[in-house]
Amino acid sequence: MSNDALLVLDKVCKSFGPVQVIDEVTVEVHAGKVSVLLGENGAGKSTLIKMIAGVHEPDAGRILVDGKAVKIPNTKASEALGIATIHQELNLVPSMTIAENITLGRVPRKFGIINRRAMRQIAREAMDKLGLALDVDTPVGQLGLAQQQLVEIAKALSLDARVLILDEPTAALTKAEIAHLFSVVATLKQQGVGMVFISHHLDEIAEIGDFVNVLRDGKFIATVPADTEENELVRLMVGRDIDAQFPRVATEPGQKPLLSVQNLCEGMLKDISLEVRPGEVVALAGLMGAGRTELIRAIAGADKYASGVVAVNGKKLASFDVAAATRAGIGHVPEDRKTQGLVLDASVAENIGYATMAATAKNGLVDRKGQKARAQQVAERLRIRMGSIDAPIRSLSGGNQQKAVFGRWFTAGAKVLLLDEPTRGVDVGAKVEIYELINEITASGGCVLMASSELPEVLGMSDRVLVMSQGRIAGELATEEATQDAIMSLAVSNVHREEEMGTK
Amino acid sequence: MSSVATAPKKGFDFKAFLANNGALVGLVILCLALFIATPRFLTGPNLMNIGIQVSTIAVMAFGMTFVIVAAGIDLSVGSVAALSAMGSSYAITTAGLPDGLSIPIGLAVGALCGWVTGAMSAYGKLPTFIASLAMLTVVRGLTLVISDGRPISTSSSVSWLGDDLGPIPVPILILVVSGLLAAFVLNRTVIGKNAFAVGGNTEAARLSGIPVKRVLVTVFVISGVFAALSGMILAGRLDSAQPTLASGYELDAIAAVVIGGASLSGGVGRISGTLIGALVLAVIRNGLNLLSVSAFWQQVVIGAVIAIAVGFDVLRRKNVKH
Repeated sequence: MSNDALLVLDKVCKSFGPVQVIDEVTVEVHAGKVSVLLGENGAGKSTLIKMIAGVHEPDAGRILVDGKAVKIPNTKASEALGIATIHQELNLVPSMTIAENITLGRVPRKFGIINRRAMRQIAREAMDKLGLALDVDTPVGQLGLAQQQLVEIAKALSLDARVLILDEPTAALTKAEIAHLFSVVATLKQQGVGMVFISHHLDEIAEIGDFVNVLRDGKFIATVPADTEENELVRLMVGRDIDAQFPRVATEPGQKPLLSVQNLCEGMLKDISLEVRPGEVVALAGLMGAGRTELIRAIAGADKYASGVVAVNGKKLASFDVAAATRAGIGHVPEDRKTQGLVLDASVAENIGYATMAATAKNGLVDRKGQKARAQQVAERLRIRMGSIDAPIRSLSGGNQQKAVFGRWFTAGAKVLLLDEPTRGVDVGAKVEIYELINEITASGGCVLMASSELPEVLGMSDRVLVMSQGRIAGELATEEATQDAIMSLAVSNVHREEEMGTK
Repeated sequence: MSSVATAPKKGFDFKAFLANNGALVGLVILCLALFIATPRFLTGPNLMNIGIQVSTIAVMAFGMTFVIVAAGIDLSVGSVAALSAMGSSYAITTAGLPDGLSIPIGLAVGALCGWVTGAMSAYGKLPTFIASLAMLTVVRGLTLVISDGRPISTSSSVSWLGDDLGPIPVPILILVVSGLLAAFVLNRTVIGKNAFAVGGNTEAARLSGIPVKRVLVTVFVISGVFAALSGMILAGRLDSAQPTLASGYELDAIAAVVIGGASLSGGVGRISGTLIGALVLAVIRNGLNLLSVSAFWQQVVIGAVIAIAVGFDVLRRKNVKH
């Protein structure tokens, strides 16, 4: 073990009840270096972070800061040691300004009254360190997610953080925002801040990391340089070779469209028409805010639309009626499984069964046996890893939770799957399993309309790509001719045109 | 629903049982303490007395459990109980309808009140707190209007609700039957399971095709019906429908549900828990009476018990979720 490490977790262990979630894991954080934590969901990354943040204490092993063994019983202690964690869910008060947020809990005072000038001063200095030129009197709620994240980092720096833990900071950012975040990280490296970085995007690792600590099932697997081949990283992480990251098996599409949308208009959505034939996977690509989620939700009956027709198998569906859409064979896997997909207090079986509960009930009585048997069956088919079918859904990893949402529509016999970011926050192994589900649906004569921000996924898993821009379908590409560049140029097409018109 | 996922084991996991049944353990300890403190606690008449007292709050709280499981709150139940008791008696003794209609009319009044509250929040988008707060006042006002502020004598079928059937008081019978019915509806029917889904995550329920608005209205109708039943039992015991009947009972009902382990944020709750919660409240009141503690101090004690019971529950959940 080298002596210059800022922070060392030395053979730490942690178990919850009978489950050993962390087993003799060693991680080092060095000044001016980015140490990547890599592992599938459930590998123990979050527990490890929580040990550093003072949420959990290790059962065995030591935590060393500057070479001295320390205890971190709570988050305050972690803060005092110069450790700051940037969680995915940001800890900012939207209604307060940047300066107020940065000085939250330690507002500079003069005679008991808030010293606004000193407050702005502190905030300004922290923002300067990151090279951010935002007005510190802007309410945080008016900022985009990426900027809020940077404010949170600035807040950590103003607390003299020397170790910064970034928990999937890029998960919800656009390409440009990620680039900006990475430039900030590079600046922080020069300032000698040590960082722990977590991401499911393998391509980001080489770009930003220095070395990678791979975890699997709570065990420490290896520390490798960040420029290690992606395939090798996947093999270390999953424990086996994954032949293809995108195992799309194309099927000959049928003639008559299974899903058709004609002239759909609502708010930002302008005159959308599209068709998806049986056996087809059609991807919806585009920038954030292009209207992909809005379109998916309108088709699913989740939101109203002003005009237009949505039809399944030629039969028109009522607007804003999820139950009618479900009966017609539509299944909707929403963007955010925690807030829109799952009832977290309920069991795996109940979550899988919601779409079929009413339909299979007799005289208003839930068909408990049947519902459970169907859920069990689908859980086995989708290889959902869980304690039991009665386990609370919240005890499952993200990928398995997502599979349970798929399972709901499998059970309901959905033929038209509307997927909104189907693999967001899902680890590599489960991703491939979800792609295999997509293949199964199309092989059995169903079709898939998939909104995705991940271009590799769009290119790898779809048969056709519809690119959206500002609420319109800007163009269509066959997957063979679709490239990153071709998609991006369509995605920004309207933007440019309108900008040009605006300047004339 | 609130139970921790434990792998099916052969042996009885005593620790898990304790952790999951905090209110029951508290109730047992409470009874033991009272048994030691006073010989008058564990006597047939006293236990019967507790049973009668608990019946009105428990029946009301059974209905409340549905609303709270669906992440709502129903503040109107005390007033609904009063209006239903008043209506069921007024229709017979003043309006001259046949006595057999008395109880159905009372239940219908409760259902109607619940429907109005539910519709206001489901279709009018009022928070359930506000919709039911409005109904609390409106319904109490209507009760006073109908009765002109004076008590009226109950119909004979409502009076019967306060009598005995053989050796057993009718309120206790109703308590048992309505408890079983409520537990059955909550756990076995689509209505009950939908309430859990809507309370657990409204958006996920909606996107799964569950008719969220209808579910919300239904739970309020159920709450109204149980409140009506509770009100008629109370009037039957007094042999008169008072316009101020059951005022403030909504808070006891909510307390019973919450002590029983339900979560005010929805998605979690059990009828058995609610019954235990109501029993905890009734036993404490009874015990304090037996020990001649002043009614003023009783309020202090009961408030503290609610805080402690729910506090323990919060701690337990925190430990479970690690």
